[in-house]
Amino acid sequence: MRTRHTGAATLAALTALTLAACGGGGEVGGGGEETGGAEGGGDSIKIGIKFDQPGLGYQDAGEYTGFDVDVATYVAGELGFEPDQIEWVEAPSANRETMLQTGQVDMIFATYSITDERKEQVAFAGPYFVAGQDLLVAEDNTDITGPEALEGKNLCSVTGSTSAQRIKDEYAEGVQLVERPGYAECVTALTAGQVDAVTTDDIILAGLAAQPANAGKVKVVGAPFSEENYGVGLPQDNDRCEDINAAITKMIEDESWDEFVTSNTEGTGYEPNADLNPPTPDACA
Amino acid sequence: MGDFLSQFGELFAEYPIAAAYWVNIQLTFWAAIFSLILGTVLALIRISPVASLRWAGAAYVNLLRNTPLTVIMTFLFLAVFLQLQISLSDDFTQNFFRFGVIGLTVYHAAFVCESIRSGVNTVPIGQAEAARAIGLSFLPAARLIILPQAFRGAIAPLGNTLIALLKNSTVAVAVSVSTEASTVMREMIESNANFIYAIFVLFAIGFAVLVIPIGLVTTYLSNRLAVRR
Repeated sequence: MRTRHTGAATLAALTALTLAACGGGGEVGGGGEETGGAEGGGDSIKIGIKFDQPGLGYQDAGEYTGFDVDVATYVAGELGFEPDQIEWVEAPSANRETMLQTGQVDMIFATYSITDERKEQVAFAGPYFVAGQDLLVAEDNTDITGPEALEGKNLCSVTGSTSAQRIKDEYAEGVQLVERPGYAECVTALTAGQVDAVTTDDIILAGLAAQPANAGKVKVVGAPFSEENYGVGLPQDNDRCEDINAAITKMIEDESWDEFVTSNTEGTGYEPNADLNPPTPDACA
Repeated sequence: MGDFLSQFGELFAEYPIAAAYWVNIQLTFWAAIFSLILGTVLALIRISPVASLRWAGAAYVNLLRNTPLTVIMTFLFLAVFLQLQISLSDDFTQNFFRFGVIGLTVYHAAFVCESIRSGVNTVPIGQAEAARAIGLSFLPAARLIILPQAFRGAIAPLGNTLIALLKNSTVAVAVSVSTEASTVMREMIESNANFIYAIFVLFAIGFAVLVIPIGLVTTYLSNRLAVRR
């Protein structure tokens, strides 16, 4: 009796694994059918953002602020959605593709870099911003001027991101790495003096530096050494990509884009990389 | 299907998967040794004839067993490392590894203690009375009579604790042990979400491969070594 139960359980487990394995073959974005159709009107739109990145996507007592939020609100407005028709959903980095494929969100504005690997799973509109990896250091620090200067220093980044490993592999082999679940904790470690620098995309660092609690204590080095094209994540079978690109182009032309950048990084002296910004949206696939 | 298998090849080529599991195995190894020592001491305290010691032992077990491991790890990082500025090594990788072992040890020692206590309950009261009758005081009686039988009765629950410890070793990421398996998995999902099913299968199988032998060995040993009464 007991053995038979074990056997059944094993069989169930194996079946589950096998089914999961089969699903990996080629079919992609099966769940997105309902999302594309309804435009404007009385419907709402679900937009995925980060909830924990001040200056980009941040939830504070029910209010949503940040550059991604401003851009998303503008784009949604161009698509015919009033701000009160937007339903904000938290889209953590690791869940973004799944949330688009299963229709939990209609689009994602969450520091979402356009990469070939991701294009196999989801579609992108944009880019609407070009960020670059940079360093955040203490205000009075003068010796860290770029990634090469990190030899023998302590560097913090977020768990599961490859930005810190990139510095270790390509610029400074002797750098000591700390990984924390969120950037806010990295900044705490920086102000406590246990790490010398925090690394990720420059605009994320600028958003952290602009927080009242950090003002005057930290600064962005301002020498970006990579190129991250932030795009709008969409399900693969969407019909919105062209409209979103048109909205982004309009946003850049009527200078709302500049306004969003400056208002969200106020007081940090941050300037986006002028050679690459503002970007021109790529053609839709 | 061949396409699916080639994804595993790419993942293995790009990420240090074996090295990541090796970190978890090392964490488990050291934490298992230290928590066995600490847990045995705690079990002795909890069966000791001194009421205040018994109370202290029960307090430790109830406090640590009911605190989420992530909280313990985060406490070690934020309070001990950041605020108290206590470092266990100049090398960060070593430093956080040691903090990880400490966190796993203090947490699982509570479970080891309870496993050993359950083993003590398998020893008939007559054994303790006989030990007293031949003039042994508490510690010699525990060392010579009670614990050897208790360990043999506690192998199965200790094995369960070891399995939990191995899986919990991924929580060491909360104290910045950044080379272990779950961190590598997050990196994979972050930059290779196109292989999401392969990544899932890889880590599900990886842990099954590590855990199943532990279960088989402890079941075998607990059958073989249990005191027949």
